[in-house]
Amino acid sequence: MQGSIQLEISRRVLLISSAATIAVNGVVTRDAAAQAAGSQMNNTEVSFVVNAESRKLNVDNRTTLLDALREHLHLTGTKKGCDHGQCGACTVMVDGRRINSCLTLVVMHEGDEITTIEGLGQPGNLHPMQAAFIKHDGFQCGYCTPGQICSSVAMLEEIKANIPSHVTENLTAETKTTPTEIRERMSGNICRCGAYSNIVDAIAEVAGTKA
Amino acid sequence: MRAFTYERASSIEAAAKAAASNPEAKFIAGGTNLLDLMKLEIETPTHLIDINSLGLDKIEPTSEGGLRIGALVRNTDLAAHERVRRDYGLVSRALLAGASGQLRNKATTAGNLLQRTRCPYFYDTNQPCNKRQPGSGCSAIGGFSRQHAITGTSEACIATHASDMAVAMRALDAVIETVKADGSRRSVPIADFHRLPGDTPEIETVLERGEFISAVVLPPPIGGRQIYRKVRDRASYAFALVSIGAVIQLDGTGRISVGGVAHKPWRIEQADAELPQGARATASILLADAHTTEQNRFKVDLVERTLGAIIAEARG
Repeated sequence: MQGSIQLEISRRVLLISSAATIAVNGVVTRDAAAQAAGSQMNNTEVSFVVNAESRKLNVDNRTTLLDALREHLHLTGTKKGCDHGQCGACTVMVDGRRINSCLTLVVMHEGDEITTIEGLGQPGNLHPMQAAFIKHDGFQCGYCTPGQICSSVAMLEEIKANIPSHVTENLTAETKTTPTEIRERMSGNICRCGAYSNIVDAIAEVAGTKA
Repeated sequence: MRAFTYERASSIEAAAKAAASNPEAKFIAGGTNLLDLMKLEIETPTHLIDINSLGLDKIEPTSEGGLRIGALVRNTDLAAHERVRRDYGLVSRALLAGASGQLRNKATTAGNLLQRTRCPYFYDTNQPCNKRQPGSGCSAIGGFSRQHAITGTSEACIATHASDMAVAMRALDAVIETVKADGSRRSVPIADFHRLPGDTPEIETVLERGEFISAVVLPPPIGGRQIYRKVRDRASYAFALVSIGAVIQLDGTGRISVGGVAHKPWRIEQADAELPQGARATASILLADAHTTEQNRFKVDLVERTLGAIIAEARG
């Protein structure tokens, strides 16, 4: 992790220094000018609501919802883990449903309502799931935790909405909240520290069931 | 990711036309597979056509007594739909065996059918791959091939199709409805939809340029015990080594479709006819033309044993 952070910093320094070179020399190549013109077409305006606040952005089409939240709106509670939909660290809720914010473009969210960990609770005003994670020690390094919490809050709503899972025995009966259900439904959130059993305890407590 | 322009489509016809006029355009719906591949520059569209607001997210009964599933119905909604759970349990079971809760909330019915292989050499842009770069060679042949196909393969490609849902759809004889760029419509049985790799593994379906999937139709329910069994390296959130979707009737007859063994959901109707004779007879016809490597030979036994478990469960 340390290595990749350093790499990121050095790349930024490099980008800044090359921009400075252009400024000092006052020379813009034809390619660079074309690229700048092209980038206009490669931007799109998008309006949506984040944590009950209306936001409007004009962004490069490539911007994922995750990068928009972190880099444009500075909501850094949502974490970038694998950036490929495999780890769940970037989980947020869009119109109440949990998704991987790394695998969706922000321009695809016109008019959507997005809830991030910052919207769920704040210091002094914790969401019950946040309080339960603290009580049950449901983390170690904490990097996957915002994703785990957003995922688990939305996951309990999925059970309430009677959405079945791989371990649901009877597809036509009412879905129950059991530790087996919790484990299966949380499999899209990886915890490298292995705090899984405490995470299940925390979720089970909020769900009012025994782990 | 390479830069691209972006538009929100206003109608199916407009979307199909826009895609047909630009060979470097792609439709985007859930985006869970396409964006992943774009980040790796395996997919490099210069234009994206967002089809999310075309109202294709409904599940409706057909006049024949089946179900028409809109192309944009999310995997979660399809798996949880009351009639799907009751009459097409195999579809619910297959969907729920795949991906994660987050991905199923975004991934669509049509996108699921069109997802690309998870062959690690397809993903590794430093290695030759005929599917990613036609003519460059296949790194999986002679490489680490434990997860690869054992039947219907070619000298050019031994990749598998990764979908669980498609395996269920194949067992149920689903039909894919499309709209072409000229506005004409056609229906393609799922048996004919996905292609075997042959010497053009980069062409994975019979869709023409710009052709748009509007819906997937399930024929009237056929009853029976509907069982989906997926064997994988983890208990959850992993692709299949082998999966079987089965519909077994009380008299022991039925139909089966197999995932994880070929470039498409693998079903042989003559093998279905052997089901009353048991797993060995059925599997020997299913995999009569198996072409295995040292590392994936185990899948031949795994298919037979998984099928044996399904037959026992159906009798249970």
